[in-house]
Amino acid sequence: MALPLTYIARNLVARRLTTALTAGGMALVVYVFAVMLMLDEGLHQALVQTGAADNALVTRRSSETEIQSAVSRQDAAVIASQPEVALGPDGRRLASGEVVVLISLPRQGSGKPANVVIRGVSPDAFLIRRGVRVVHGRIFRAGSAEILAGAAVARQFAGTALGAHLRFAQREWTVVGELDAHGSAFDSEIWGDAQQLMQAFRRSAYSAVVVKLVAEPRLESLRARLESDPRLTVEARRESEYYEGQSRLLSRFILILGTTISLVFSAGAIIGAMVTMYSAVAKRTAEIGTLRALGFRRREILGAFVGESALLGFVGGAFGLLAASAMQSLSFSTMNFQSFAEISFGFVLSPRIALLSLAFGVLMGLLGGTLPALHAARLDIVASLRKV
Amino acid sequence: MYLPRLILRNALRHRLRTGLTVLGLAIAVLAFGLLRTVVDAWYAGADAASATHLVTRNAISLVFPLPLTHRERIRRVAGVRKVSYSNWFGGVYITERNFFPRFAVDAGTYLDLYPDYLLPAAERKAFLLDRRGAVVGRKLAQTYGWRLGQSIPLRGTIYPGSWEFVLRGIYDGRQPNTDEGIFLFHWDYLNETLRRNAPRRADQVGVFVLDLMHAEDAARVSGEIDALFKSSLAETLTETEKAFQLGFVSMIDTIVLAVQVVSLMVVVIVLFVMANTMGMAAGERLPEYATLKALGFRPGFLALLVLGESVLIALLGGLAGTALTLPAAAAFSAQTGTLFHGFAVSHTTMVLQLLIALGVGVLAGLPPCLRAARISIIAGLASLN
Amino acid sequence: MQEASEVPAVRMQQLRKSYHRGNQEVPVLNGIDLVIEAGAFVALVGPSGSGKSTLLNLIAGLDQPSGGDLEVFGQELSVLSEGALARWRASHVGFIFQFYNLLPVLNALENVELPLLLTGLSRRERREHALAALSMVGLSDRLTHYPSQLSGGQQQRVAIARAVVTDPLLLVADEPTGDLDRASAEEVLAMLEELNEALGKTIIMVTHDNRAAQRARRRIHLDKGELREGADGV
Ligand SMILES: Nc1ncnc2c1ncn2[C@@H]1O[C@H](COP(=O)(O)OP(=O)(O)O)[C@@H](O)[C@H]1O
Ligand SMILES: [Mg+2]
Repeated sequence: MALPLTYIARNLVARRLTTALTAGGMALVVYVFAVMLMLDEGLHQALVQTGAADNALVTRRSSETEIQSAVSRQDAAVIASQPEVALGPDGRRLASGEVVVLISLPRQGSGKPANVVIRGVSPDAFLIRRGVRVVHGRIFRAGSAEILAGAAVARQFAGTALGAHLRFAQREWTVVGELDAHGSAFDSEIWGDAQQLMQAFRRSAYSAVVVKLVAEPRLESLRARLESDPRLTVEARRESEYYEGQSRLLSRFILILGTTISLVFSAGAIIGAMVTMYSAVAKRTAEIGTLRALGFRRREILGAFVGESALLGFVGGAFGLLAASAMQSLSFSTMNFQSFAEISFGFVLSPRIALLSLAFGVLMGLLGGTLPALHAARLDIVASLRKV
Repeated sequence: MYLPRLILRNALRHRLRTGLTVLGLAIAVLAFGLLRTVVDAWYAGADAASATHLVTRNAISLVFPLPLTHRERIRRVAGVRKVSYSNWFGGVYITERNFFPRFAVDAGTYLDLYPDYLLPAAERKAFLLDRRGAVVGRKLAQTYGWRLGQSIPLRGTIYPGSWEFVLRGIYDGRQPNTDEGIFLFHWDYLNETLRRNAPRRADQVGVFVLDLMHAEDAARVSGEIDALFKSSLAETLTETEKAFQLGFVSMIDTIVLAVQVVSLMVVVIVLFVMANTMGMAAGERLPEYATLKALGFRPGFLALLVLGESVLIALLGGLAGTALTLPAAAAFSAQTGTLFHGFAVSHTTMVLQLLIALGVGVLAGLPPCLRAARISIIAGLASLN
Repeated sequence: MQEASEVPAVRMQQLRKSYHRGNQEVPVLNGIDLVIEAGAFVALVGPSGSGKSTLLNLIAGLDQPSGGDLEVFGQELSVLSEGALARWRASHVGFIFQFYNLLPVLNALENVELPLLLTGLSRRERREHALAALSMVGLSDRLTHYPSQLSGGQQQRVAIARAVVTDPLLLVADEPTGDLDRASAEEVLAMLEELNEALGKTIIMVTHDNRAAQRARRRIHLDKGELREGADGV
């Protein structure tokens, strides 16, 4: 029969200050841990949401990003005519030849420059990317110097609001609409007419061609056909996988940095728990002797103290998680090392992260409490009774 | 004197607790130092930048090149001593994980502009004579175990194809923060290949790097160069090399900020641990403090007794943590390879580490110190049982 | 009671106990022979440091003897493993300490209920037993009071309730009145007498208080680890 939870919990309440200080340290560690995981989750969601599984992205072979790639107009026509490409409502194949470049724009507030993706698209782009909608204003008119700013761009960069004029590539561009892409990477882009942008940037080739597949599994046959076509040196990737891949380096960086920091910090918090639990044992030596005299066994004493510090860790973890969950309303933007483009994403708290964070808190408590609990369980009955 | 001896005895009373607290402080101070050094390393490129260097790039963004023909016009601007240029090559060495900067550079001029890259004369000559030659930093060579004369393959990403280079030189950094993780090869080799395979992309330069005769001319020269190409097909943006490097850091400044916030958090965490320890110690010793007061000691004596112990423990932890930072930074730098260059712990960091330890000691000791000074003799003695 | 009258509560032969201080052996009990009948109320008296607590701890199964035989209610204690000894204590011995040793974070009712956690009783039964024990010591109106909110005498009465709640055959008390004023001490002693007479509990009480010792039906003097039997009765 284990000692009741009320006994365990009330001992924590009895030492309010110590409990608060120790749990507070743990809460900060869990906070850092949770925020790091939430950031990574946000990054994944943003980039995974960006690509659709039934879209294929065709780039020049061995380019890592669209920006590095070039696909000529003739090649683009060949790609669009493949039978794996779905037909649009007007009976033409759904393919968008796109030109992707980076321009440097000053950030709102700090005025420091950051790279923003400008994507020249064909009118079919909105049929292919169903998640992207124009929410304010209207779509650009073909053949005009009009652009659409992604929601995150409009938020974070100076002079990108509806109706504003932007100067680049020796032309004046007018923002005629705002894109809403549900937090995906397209929210961090500026879209315009591909033909106009190619002229302005003096590009004769597209960067990439995006096509809507007839059905998801048809990617394989499209890939085989394109790669065996002697006219082409291109590769076809599932759009969703391409964007997933774009997050890999940044994600690895966030996880390595975050995990290292969490581990080092948790060492501090575990030591805090150890100090607390050792002193709890010292203070309650007579109590432990009494419990043993009453017939409780060593393992029940062990259980009570381990339980106490696990509860301490759980409380700390819960508060840390609570603080972290408040971060969900914020967004984070930084340069993606892989594409060199600014990307904005949220802090996303998933049930898995909540569970991991609480478990991390409990684990810290367990690690900090085990040695003191063993010490408590090993106390000699008679000697501890004499310590009244 | 009596007081220091009493402080020391008190600190040693709960050896385990004191030891754990010192350890916790050491870890926190160490973590703080390492995080600061990481941030410093991000700025190392900017710090190492020469005051007499300007960088000219395409005004739209770095992704757009400039025509090589700009070089002559830039060179003729008054105050410019020398012009070199480089292209970011990108590419993959075996797998994507092996990241290090690779530049195609105008070999003849580039090394002259970077005297901090110490290259033996013989190796320099060998490099200049071999069109496929490459020069790398010492740290990079060590990371991949490269030897002179070895051939190094890169898979092109921006510039398609398989590229093969022969290692002709390994440079050492003159300064501790000189980047020893760079891979340089001949721009001419890149350009010849492009002329054959993609003539439209040939004769294009990523950035021009120019050396000024006088650092004071930087603003004037930048303005003149940019005016020169205003309304041309390739407008330029010229800034100091430092500003250029800072531009890179500013693109990830949210991450830098996050690291800075987190390094403050570790201080708060350890403050909690330390405050807990001191609170416990004072709580246990209230009867003793009351006894001392009964014997006629003043509150000030008791305050010093408590504060002294707190500061002593904190400083021990701070010293240990600071001392550990140097070997830890060396190990970290070896682990992360070429990701960070110039990973050196600054003196400011070490001073800050000790100051933080001191601050934590004082702050953590303050509440129990007040409690000890204010305790009533009757209440303190009553808490004996 | 029938069984108890056949088997003595405590039987010891040549019981020895010594402590080690460094590599020096400190003898405390030097070969004690003693039989305590079931249902006895024994006072163990003697000067401070004579080994009274040591002997009591051995009988209660808190400590192991260095030599000799010890049986409590026919059970040889030395054959029990540590865990089994703990369970044996839980079902056979009730403890009363000088400083009450109540758990400060539990209220009176919970403190009394504590040993019942080691039995198979249901939550309701545990509560009933604990309430009964507390009403027996006259503290039905202090159920939710914490030890710090009770006087010394009241705390010791809670401790007595805790000692009897499992209905053990043996009660051991180490200086139960040592920390109490005269009136409270009287109450506690009266309760012990009642437990002995009405419920037939065997009670072994260590005390250096002469008046307390007089309340017992048998007195055993311990001096420098040797036994000396006092006169039975008054
Ligand atoms: N854990 C121990 N280690 C060493 N000596 C002990 C220990 N416990 C008791 N003693 C010694 O045994 C003797 C008897 O102690 P105790 O039984 O507590 O005496 P009493 O209860 O009669 O006052 C004392 O001299 C005491 O110093
Ligand atoms: Mg005694």
